[in-house]
Amino acid sequence: MAIAELPAYGAISRRRKEWGRALIAAATVLFLATALAQVLNSARIVDLGFRDWRPTLFAYLAWAVALGFGQVMIRGQAGLRALFILPAALFTVAMAIFPTLFGLSIAFTDWNLSSATGQKFNGLDNLFQLFRDPFYWNAMRNMVIYVLFVLVEYAIAFGLALLLNAEIRARKFWRVVFLIPLMLSPVAVSWMVGKSMLEYRFGPVARFARWIGINNPSFFTDPWAARLWIEAMDAWVSIPFVMILLLAGLQAMPKEVMEAATVDGATPWQRFWQITFPLMLPVSLTAIVLRIIFKLKLADIIITVTSGGPGGATDSVSSFIYREYRDRSNVGYGTMLAMFYLVVIVIFITILLNVLSRHMRRMT
Amino acid sequence: MAAEATASSLASADSGASARRTRWLLGRIGIYAALVFWAFVSLFPVYWTITTSMKVARNVQQGALIPFVDYQPNWLGWRSLGLSTDTIGNVSTVREEFLNRFLNSVYTAFGASALAVLLGALAAYGLSRYQYKFLWMRNQDLGFFFLSQLILPPVVLALPFLVLYRELALLDSTIGLILLYTLTVLPIVIWIMKDQFDTIPVELDEAAQVDGLGPWGTFFRIILPMALPGMVAAFILSLILCWNEYFFAALLTSTNAKTLPVMVASQTGSQGINWWSMAALSTAAIAPLVIVGVLLERFIIRGLTAGSVKG
Repeated sequence: MAIAELPAYGAISRRRKEWGRALIAAATVLFLATALAQVLNSARIVDLGFRDWRPTLFAYLAWAVALGFGQVMIRGQAGLRALFILPAALFTVAMAIFPTLFGLSIAFTDWNLSSATGQKFNGLDNLFQLFRDPFYWNAMRNMVIYVLFVLVEYAIAFGLALLLNAEIRARKFWRVVFLIPLMLSPVAVSWMVGKSMLEYRFGPVARFARWIGINNPSFFTDPWAARLWIEAMDAWVSIPFVMILLLAGLQAMPKEVMEAATVDGATPWQRFWQITFPLMLPVSLTAIVLRIIFKLKLADIIITVTSGGPGGATDSVSSFIYREYRDRSNVGYGTMLAMFYLVVIVIFITILLNVLSRHMRRMT
Repeated sequence: MAAEATASSLASADSGASARRTRWLLGRIGIYAALVFWAFVSLFPVYWTITTSMKVARNVQQGALIPFVDYQPNWLGWRSLGLSTDTIGNVSTVREEFLNRFLNSVYTAFGASALAVLLGALAAYGLSRYQYKFLWMRNQDLGFFFLSQLILPPVVLALPFLVLYRELALLDSTIGLILLYTLTVLPIVIWIMKDQFDTIPVELDEAAQVDGLGPWGTFFRIILPMALPGMVAAFILSLILCWNEYFFAALLTSTNAKTLPVMVASQTGSQGINWWSMAALSTAAIAPLVIVGVLLERFIIRGLTAGSVKG
């Protein structure tokens, strides 16, 4: 580290500032020139012999490093401080903001990777097609159902958190056991539960169903049954997450309030609804919002167990778009579907946060 | 008169105590019954997978449940993976494929977690200690900018990345996956690390600065060692998320960089289902994380609860 050489106090010489600005400017020019050369190359205007776009990637990296150096040269200590946040910010811009904008440019084109004709701008056609696509809206409706199920997951998780917070022996053992599903990969769970345990002839669940008198157990042929089982698997994996958040909230609750209520003769039922539940509201809402955010990404289990079937009953938006690409190579339309979904969930989450934020714990 | 009242109140206290005792006992039984029930729900699928990996076709069709009682354990599933005791010495293409996917998963998960913890710890420290102003964005906006990436569903990035990675020759490469996974876990890492740094008193920084350490010396020599628990928590949580990720891996890898979840998912379609070998594969895929999870449960809980609950 070159900290010792830098003047800790006092002004930075004008020369150094100018050099810093020159460095950043030079790197910017280099980066833009590389990108421009590559654009010309890929548009076949000038043949520069680039095989891929990696030179632009490296130019971006060089620009990022130069920007960091330049900051230190121009602003000294303040520049050194900026270096903490700069890598993550540049990384996020390059890996999230740029691809999203790039995705927007794909969304307004007709582009099928398997067809001979390349990318063609087609204006709002994809958007109009989206509004007429019954399968997409079906997937959207399913997402509403899946998101509503978060409340059921929350209720179960609250029950489990209360159990773990009760006076029990071997609390740590139970906590580890309850946490195990969280560690498992959804794909492995899809196989273990969705394909194997729910096998309709000899899976243990089918056997159990027959034993309690359901003659023809079918798990993935009836739309609602299929949806419920998909939700059950997703819930099984994610309930521990909600449970841990709620348990931490319960343990942070002031003991005195509870004791006072017990002395006053409140029944456990009253204690829960009048003390525990209201006090837990901020933690609860945080947990629910986080869980909804993760729920909106639901895809793995559906892709591997039902592929959206029967008749699209279990499709989530993500799994639907996944098949739009995988089976039909429809990049342009698929991206439009994804972008529209992004807009919908950003609006939804913003409204949700605005409504709930007064009651939630701080998130940033 | 007084004595009578005392006696009757004593008697009622006695019957009240025994009623309370019965209620207490019933409550205990209820609590432990619920605990056992949910432990069963949590563990049965794992148990089922491990036992199925040692069954043969007949046992599966009979729905055998308990090894040595319902059926005689058999190494068929593990043999088909080339991982049973009698095949471990032989050459096995399946085992080679499995080990290759396994190593891919290890590289990808560890690489992404390490990169995310590095980038995330730096950013979180900056946000925790210094005041930034970039255009209109101040610290809170910057923090929200990072956190808001959590909302971005993978499906939005998947297709642009497919096209971009094709142009960058990063398709089907571990580096490409590492970069993408880093992005997906970075918000969580920043969140956990910010929470961690906020608990370390600023006076320590000030003392270090007085002693002549610059911002980076303070960070690396004084603050970072104290933030180790948070770093471990962030790392473990990232590891779990990256190890289990399927969506991007399924879209962006084909032969070289395939990870374990993709291998598990791709087995199901071909030539019916070999229950035992699928079970063996699933067991091998989940075992590392179950072990990590049981051993480092403390850190996972710490990571999950960061920021959401203040004691």
